Amino acid sequence: MIGRTFALLYPVATLVALVAIWYGAVKIFHVPAYLLPLPGDVIERIREDFWFLLHHSWITTGITLGGFLLSILIGVPLAIVLVASKTLERAVMPWLILSQTFPKVALAPLVVVWFGLGLGPKLAVTFLVAFFPVLVSTIVGLRSMEREMIELASAVRASTLQTFWHFRLPLALPNIFAGMKVSVAFSVVGAVIAEWVGANAGLGYLLLQANANLDTGLLFAVLVALMIIGVVLYYAVELIERLVIPWHSTIRLQNPSA
Amino acid sequence: MAQPITIRDVSKTFGSGPSSVQALQRIDLDVGAGEFVAIVGASGCGKSTMLRLVGGLSAPTSGRIEIGGQCVSEPGPGIGIVFQTPVLLPWRNVEQNVQLPLVIQRSGNDPQRIQALLDLVGLRGFERSRPFELSGGMQQRVALCRALVTDPSLLLMDEPFGALDALTREQMNLELQRIWLETGKTVLLITHSITEAVMLADRVVVMTPRPGRIREIIEVDLPRPRDFTALRQTAFHEACDRIRLLMNASGFVE
Repeated sequence: MIGRTFALLYPVATLVALVAIWYGAVKIFHVPAYLLPLPGDVIERIREDFWFLLHHSWITTGITLGGFLLSILIGVPLAIVLVASKTLERAVMPWLILSQTFPKVALAPLVVVWFGLGLGPKLAVTFLVAFFPVLVSTIVGLRSMEREMIELASAVRASTLQTFWHFRLPLALPNIFAGMKVSVAFSVVGAVIAEWVGANAGLGYLLLQANANLDTGLLFAVLVALMIIGVVLYYAVELIERLVIPWHSTIRLQNPSA
Repeated sequence: MAQPITIRDVSKTFGSGPSSVQALQRIDLDVGAGEFVAIVGASGCGKSTMLRLVGGLSAPTSGRIEIGGQCVSEPGPGIGIVFQTPVLLPWRNVEQNVQLPLVIQRSGNDPQRIQALLDLVGLRGFERSRPFELSGGMQQRVALCRALVTDPSLLLMDEPFGALDALTREQMNLELQRIWLETGKTVLLITHSITEAVMLADRVVVMTPRPGRIREIIEVDLPRPRDFTALRQTAFHEACDRIRLLMNASGFVE
């Protein structure tokens, strides 16, 4: 417990230092508030507009989570299919990889043109940004069965389905979670992009509004809100990971007592 | 019921063309029902390949292998295999790992049998432990229980104790002998330890590498149950010396 408290001390110290530099820079160089407000002003702004920010945060969180869940619901089964079928993998995988070199942000306006401004297109944009890490990690995980494990499955006469269920899928879980952690961070990015392109609510929409009005205080308040959403969702995934795969070495070695 | 093994003119070649490697060349071997046979040889002599062929995990390029008169084409129900590493599933506890073959074959759980097996290898009280909480020797004992849980008539072991320290290894040797004496299974043990082979086996098959061939088969004429005091007996030394001589002659020393 004492170790944990100390572990928390490091990132907090970094935060304090960064805020101090921010404060110092604004004071020393006389940066005007419309370029960079003081940390205290940002906090004040968050306090003033708390419910307003919470409302828009809630909307953005919904889109983020929706896109993230879609990434898992489509990414994991797609990976399973691609691993199961060599033919399909050869046909599809090069294009999936190529599609990732392409800036997905550029697709967002097209999605709006095609599907309009509802919730669906926003989820689609978020999904496009976030699903690839889940797909790739799941593929790697499903392939990570070692020779002796394959032979064991064969020796106990497991069918293809049983081999998948009792061996391949659980063995892939650590990789799937690694992909999900990247994906959940991407999902926040995806949701903001979706709201930039066409929305009348949400943090992405607020960012544009604040930008247009040169309301830098609000801009910073929104950034803080986005940061909180990202961190909370990331640690939520990590918590689920701890519960689902407590046996994995990356988790065991973090808490030797468990 | 123990099963005899018949290996007739078996060869195995990996790959094809100029890059192909002949792992086994014209192997002939008969293992009697209930017999304990050890196969020794330097690394790369094809002894593991031979075990995989007998276990039906891969097919011979030519020749035939029969277990109890049945030609082997895929892993059969009457075979238990112990690998070089325990390959336990980390998300299953000890009991669940031992249970795995029963779950896969849908043959119904048998808690009493699992408990008896865990008792047999001295793992009572560790039923709920996770594999990572156990030492290497304990993990390999769980793997042994998993191989035995379907009560196979034939036990195939691929250097099962190679990764263990000398003391644990001797302990496991004694346990294996005890299990074999109690159950009367046919056992094929691959090892690179001459002492282990002579200590446990009725006959020791000495293989020479590239391509893998049977050099000679040594009968070990020592009374059972053996223990490590047998190390002092002349018959033990003679067998060990003979095997070492054969392995040296083929240019490979352990």
